[in-house]
Amino acid sequence: MTSDAAIEAIDVARTYALDGVSVPALRGVSLSIGHGEHVALVGPSGSGKSTLMHLLGGLDQPTSGRLRIGGRDVAGLTAAEMAHLRNATIGFVFQSFHLLSRTSALDNVALPLVYRGMGARERRERAAQMLERVGLGHRIGHRPNQLSGGEQQRVAIARALVTEPVVLLADEPTGNLDQATGAAVLELLEQLNTAEGVAVVLVTHDREVAARARRQITMRDGRIVADTAVVDRTASAGAPDAARADHAGPAGGHGTPTDAGEDRR
Amino acid sequence: MRLAEAWRVALDALRANRMRSGLTMLGMVIGVGAVVILVALGTGTKNEVQAQVEGLGSNLLLVVPGQVSLNAAPAVSRLDQSDLDAIIRIAGDRDRVAVSLTSGENVRAGNEQVFTSLLGVLETTPKVFLRDVRSGAYLTRTDVETGRRVAVLGSSVARTLFGERDPVGQQVTIAGVRFRVIGVFAPLGQSLGVDRDNEVHIPLSTAQRLLATKRVDAFAVKAPDAQTIDRLGRDIVAELHRRHPDEEFSAVTQEQILGVLGDILGVLTAVLAAIAGISLLVGGVGVSNIMLVSVRERTREIGLRMALGARPRDIGLQFLLEAVLLTTIGGLLGIAFGVGASLATAALSPVPAALTWWSIALAFGVSCAVGIVFGVVPAQRAGRLDPVVALRTE
Ligand SMILES: Nc1ncnc2c1ncn2[C@@H]1O[C@H](COP(=O)(O)OP(=O)(O)OP(=O)(O)O)[C@@H](O)[C@H]1O
Ligand SMILES: [Mg+2]
Repeated sequence: MTSDAAIEAIDVARTYALDGVSVPALRGVSLSIGHGEHVALVGPSGSGKSTLMHLLGGLDQPTSGRLRIGGRDVAGLTAAEMAHLRNATIGFVFQSFHLLSRTSALDNVALPLVYRGMGARERRERAAQMLERVGLGHRIGHRPNQLSGGEQQRVAIARALVTEPVVLLADEPTGNLDQATGAAVLELLEQLNTAEGVAVVLVTHDREVAARARRQITMRDGRIVADTAVVDRTASAGAPDAARADHAGPAGGHGTPTDAGEDRR
Repeated sequence: MRLAEAWRVALDALRANRMRSGLTMLGMVIGVGAVVILVALGTGTKNEVQAQVEGLGSNLLLVVPGQVSLNAAPAVSRLDQSDLDAIIRIAGDRDRVAVSLTSGENVRAGNEQVFTSLLGVLETTPKVFLRDVRSGAYLTRTDVETGRRVAVLGSSVARTLFGERDPVGQQVTIAGVRFRVIGVFAPLGQSLGVDRDNEVHIPLSTAQRLLATKRVDAFAVKAPDAQTIDRLGRDIVAELHRRHPDEEFSAVTQEQILGVLGDILGVLTAVLAAIAGISLLVGGVGVSNIMLVSVRERTREIGLRMALGARPRDIGLQFLLEAVLLTTIGGLLGIAFGVGASLATAALSPVPAALTWWSIALAFGVSCAVGIVFGVVPAQRAGRLDPVVALRTE
């Protein structure tokens, strides 16, 4: 494992206690997300994808195992320290957007900066730039209910990126969007991934979407069952399984994205 | 998060729920308003009583049988003319001693009739107490020594019996006996709902004859100056005790009367303020309740803010400030309402009301405190939420 990875998990487990019964959601997961990576996280419902995303984003603490976010071991961190770590290193995009409904797009995007103690003027400047960046420069005064679903999710992406995080975690970001809108949002994420160098980890049920990532992690029953680098993205779009190099087991290291067949549309 | 930012967020949250915020504040408005009004009434009454006691004149000593205290019933007097002479001897000057024999009697003139306090007194009364005669003259020493049937009327007695006519020289009938009116007092006004102008003064000797008694109820002695007043009081009590060994007497100064009355009114004010305080408490519980509802309603928002980097204390502060804003805005409105009502009461009714800065400052301070005390539990609950759980909440 490289210590300069953005996020590093070693044999991480998470067990929920439900009415006295312990429900293992993650049973020993090891992986490393490198800077600037584009990773798709797939697997059947209930396999632990969201649980893993919460851990990677510092929203939750593992029951056992080691977890380093932005080079920092999360073991023993207080809630306040975790909050600071999230603010500094992670950007979240949620399936249901999670925008403040009474607040303008601009102030929604500026919200994470509030918790950095940044002044209002600078916050708004940065938020406006970020909205411009996601193509919503003309919508800064709009409230969420005055925006389409795709626009709302783009506001959420701007909010996730305004802090210049190391990793952007998106749990089914297109789950509430129609095909075309979803595709546009994904394209935006890919574009930001290449242009800004922010690592993107994306949970999806859509094979086509997964195939666009340069690395694909498959989960089942709380374990990683496959961690593959996608060799040829053009080919994979039509036949997802065709061009995959399976080379990782449940406890394996991350697949290094190869430059082979790197073909951006 | 900066504090200014936290205030803004809290204010926004209140604005988003105007109706609910307003209703929650109403409890505070009523509670704080009630405190301000009741303290104003208590203070006003105290001021008025103080002014009246001081208005009697300076360096006064009141001598009565029995004890002066909150829980002692007034004793029946066994003092008489010889005690009066003894007291005059100690005081050294007849003009320094006033005396009264009091009885409730009907006074009639023509078809009009009024029930008043009839006081048998010496001609010295206006020299001991501050008491102005508006028309005619007060009793003379000759009136007292010869037991003449002459009377000086309080201003409201005069108005009831004679209207706008001048009663001086007219006849009145007191307890079936005819008296000639020789003077009318200048008005004193109301005190604690009692009409102080409803009294009639006649010579002590006449009163004793009329009521078939030798009794004297109370003395008032005017000391030459403030230094001698205590010694004078002790001397008088000692002499009276020598003359009536099995009885108790008290000589009290204005300060002591004010002290006793002040205690009574202080207790009264405190009781009223405590009752008003209960409504503040109820207001505070309302604030707590609404804040708990607010935390539950905005659980998702809390989860989101946490995901974006809000610390538990940022979230807690946001909700605490919201509660404090509710109670202080309510408190300020309550102060405005209480001040307005107090001023209106003082201006439009005979009930005294006096605003004091300390009561307003206290009301504001209590408003803030209620917000903090009743906001802290909801705020802690909000800050302790698990971000994952909060984000998933519907
Ligand atoms: N708070 C919780 N308490 C108890 N069990 C939980 C809790 N959260 C998740 N689980 C359980 O953990 C397992 C993994 O859940 P998780 O949400 O991570 O799955 P997922 O892969 O994201 O599924 P989906 O694709 O449906 O979103 C499931 O069996 C789920 O029931
Ligand atoms: Mg999930």
